[in-house]
Amino acid sequence: MTPSSSTRILRELSRKNAFYFFSSVGNYTGHRAMSLEEFATKIREVETASLEFHLYRGDFEKWADEVLEDPELTRRISAVKLLEPTGNALRDQMDFTISKRLVELKSSQ
Amino acid sequence: MKLKNQVFSLDDLDLKILHIIQENSKQTYSEVGRQLGVAHSTVYDRIRKLEKSGVIKKWTVELDLETLGLNHITALMTVYTDPKESENVAKKLSDAKEVLEVSLSLSEELLILVKVLANDQDELHSFIAKKVAPLQGVLRIRTSIITKKIKEERFLITT
Repeated sequence: MTPSSSTRILRELSRKNAFYFFSSVGNYTGHRAMSLEEFATKIREVETASLEFHLYRGDFEKWADEVLEDPELTRRISAVKLLEPTGNALRDQMDFTISKRLVELKSSQ
Repeated sequence: MKLKNQVFSLDDLDLKILHIIQENSKQTYSEVGRQLGVAHSTVYDRIRKLEKSGVIKKWTVELDLETLGLNHITALMTVYTDPKESENVAKKLSDAKEVLEVSLSLSEELLILVKVLANDQDELHSFIAKKVAPLQGVLRIRTSIITKKIKEERFLITT
């Protein structure tokens, strides 16, 4: 992990590339994340139904891969999905995964 | 029914013509005139005036998408917006090809009510997530997918 790639992953995103949290098809909760750091905060705030909706559709992996361009984070989110957590267990797993990755990226800048 | 507005007053014959052509707009001027006991030229003149005044907005056809074999879903979307941005959001939604209708409503909050057509739920969600949620001023969105339509009718003139 080079400092420049960490900086790129941690960058502030445009509205178009932000992550928008939905609770089900077409139902936008009003929460959005415009950076990985904000995503980590939102994971703790949004309803667990929203986390379940996005995890099992593959939205988190897709965003980590295509927008953040962080293959390591993508791999770790896929690993969370394989455990099939729900509710607060899912929130805790995602919180741990994202927070840990954030620390790694910040320290390598 | 008597209709009158500041710009254009409709008399009894106008209302009767509108009633007939709303039921079936393919009828000729002669056929409409015959039903009303007036000359086809009178019907022509009246319809021209109704077009020019904007009472008749356009002539169109109503398609049955199911008969055409086009699978689709229709959804009603309620978009909660920052009041300062609502007109702008409504305008941008109106430009989207997926959107059939856009209306503004002021109840407890300022809402934009939108009718959306999509091929399936994935396409519907993708449209809302990628094109609607990111619009400046959108606060949250509620979407209901229509599963069964009980009645669909346009406003019809009655005489």
